[in-house]
Amino acid sequence: MAAHAHDSHIADERYIFKPQTKRTLLIVLVVGLALFALGVILAMNSGHGHDDHATSRAATALTASADQHGAADTHAADEHAHHGTAPWLKRIYTSLWHNNIFFVGIGIIGLFFIAIQYAAQAGWSAPIKRIPLALGHWMPIGGLIMIALFFVAGHDLFHWTHGYLYDKNHAEYDAIIDGKAPYFFWPMAAGSFPVFYVVRMVAFFGLWYMFFTWIKREMLAEDLSGGTNHWYKMRKYSAIFLVIFGFSSSIGAWDWVMSIDTHWYSTMFGWYVFASWWVTGLATITLIVVNLKDAGYLKMVNSNHLHDLGKFVFAFSIFWTYIWFGQFLLIYYAHIPEETIYFVQRMKNAPYSWVFYANLLLNFVLPFLLLMTRDAKRQMSMLKVVCPIVIVGHWFDFYNMVTPGVMQQNGGVGFLEIGLALTFLAAFLWVVLTALSKVQLVAKNHPFMAESLNHHI
Amino acid sequence: MDTNKNFLVGIFGDEDVLLQAVPAIRDKGIKIHEVYTPFPVHGLDEVLGYKRTRLPIAAFLFGMTGTSLALIMQLWMMGYDWPMIIGGKNFVSLPPFVPVTFELTVLLAALGMVATFMIVSDMKPYKWPRQYDLRSTDDKHVMAIDLGDNKLSKAEIESILKSSGAQEVNEKNFE
Repeated sequence: MAAHAHDSHIADERYIFKPQTKRTLLIVLVVGLALFALGVILAMNSGHGHDDHATSRAATALTASADQHGAADTHAADEHAHHGTAPWLKRIYTSLWHNNIFFVGIGIIGLFFIAIQYAAQAGWSAPIKRIPLALGHWMPIGGLIMIALFFVAGHDLFHWTHGYLYDKNHAEYDAIIDGKAPYFFWPMAAGSFPVFYVVRMVAFFGLWYMFFTWIKREMLAEDLSGGTNHWYKMRKYSAIFLVIFGFSSSIGAWDWVMSIDTHWYSTMFGWYVFASWWVTGLATITLIVVNLKDAGYLKMVNSNHLHDLGKFVFAFSIFWTYIWFGQFLLIYYAHIPEETIYFVQRMKNAPYSWVFYANLLLNFVLPFLLLMTRDAKRQMSMLKVVCPIVIVGHWFDFYNMVTPGVMQQNGGVGFLEIGLALTFLAAFLWVVLTALSKVQLVAKNHPFMAESLNHHI
Repeated sequence: MDTNKNFLVGIFGDEDVLLQAVPAIRDKGIKIHEVYTPFPVHGLDEVLGYKRTRLPIAAFLFGMTGTSLALIMQLWMMGYDWPMIIGGKNFVSLPPFVPVTFELTVLLAALGMVATFMIVSDMKPYKWPRQYDLRSTDDKHVMAIDLGDNKLSKAEIESILKSSGAQEVNEKNFE
């Protein structure tokens, strides 16, 4: 520290996406697809009788605990019987939706992380900003998958898409969902095409991608021309983006995750999904930085920067727990049937209860205890243990949000889900590492680079 | 505590000079009593060779004390002394205990840390710290060297201080 490095010139450094890395990713992809295929075969051959039995049992349990809601779910179960989509196909759709929400979140957080750094005028993060930028490249792909998936599997994933729920003359007319109809169908008639919903989905991804493109353009232009102009522009874009993101991430969470449990609502849900995405994204950024350092890149990133990243993962694991508990305690205490149903489905039912508790262990207890000391945050070895735990933990968190609402009693965590997760992981890393290898690994003319090189905590 | 009386005080105007001077002076075998700076100088602790504080360990222990006390208190109140039905829940149920447990954990960790810090640093009411040079609260970094602690003569230390970049060197005697 005695000799301050005032020279902020950064040597050209590029990440090389080596053939060995590509081969590893391909193996992960193939293994993932094989497990997925195996899981599909197993799911296809599992009997349907068990399924009916379980559904009716669930319906009875739900009716006992929540009159009005139980009734709604009974017809959901009946409808599931006459609807015709096989449980295994439904399970594939659910898993696709779950994995896509999870990975697209990491992509969005890449942009969000950069925007936070510029809006807060942060200096410490200057050498690592290209990693979240690379994560952002998954965002348009995930957005397209989401829109396509909604059109293919919307009826299976979202109960509210069924037209008869809004028909007063139909036996299964649902007054509660009908009350929410404009949120999905405006300006069209309830039960027709969900214009408002689809427009929101397209608009959010469009806006996010637009800001991503603008910020990326300025970041790369700064490499060539330097000066502070680009930085000021990015700060402006970031501030505007953060305002938009504040609203759109919450609404996205209601649309894409909460509306699966159509009757249920939680005022914490927007933050809950954001908190889960955010800490996953932070853990991903940290893990990539640590691995790049291991491979000999990012020499200027020292334990002070790792400490900041570790603090981020530690702090936002606790933040997520706070949101989780804030949502849980109020519903637990108020004891209103239409709210508690969400937790009854997840805590007390056979295929999901272990996921529910594993969620708290992986996302709160372990990161809290393992990352508590200063040394743990400053050492790559501990970060390499905790970040994967957090990432896997939040995969289960999203599983817990998405699957029980769609699959009812027929869900599970098997080869199908794990295989698809590995497939998504390989594709995601392929896109991210390709994007990372195409630009300078470290910003060349970042105005805060000197500050970051002398970062000391 | 402060048994020594005779100090040599080096005044530095720039933290970069100070950060260079400290290791240079220590290399010459001079023991530095303490350095006072008007603002935190990053890296000063390391060059002075200070060990990291163990305050976090105290904080953790106080926090755990808070956690235990809070849980014992609530279990005793709700489970034994005065059980009450609240919201139709069991007398003893964990979720409603969490906020109180959290608050007491934080409270005891914070208060315990402050108390530990004050005891360890010998800060107590009516105890006035020694002022080596009042400018350490304004614009100068002040390095105190205990003459009783060092074998080198006053003149030798003074010349080393001067050559390391001290703007002035004063003698300070406490009664």
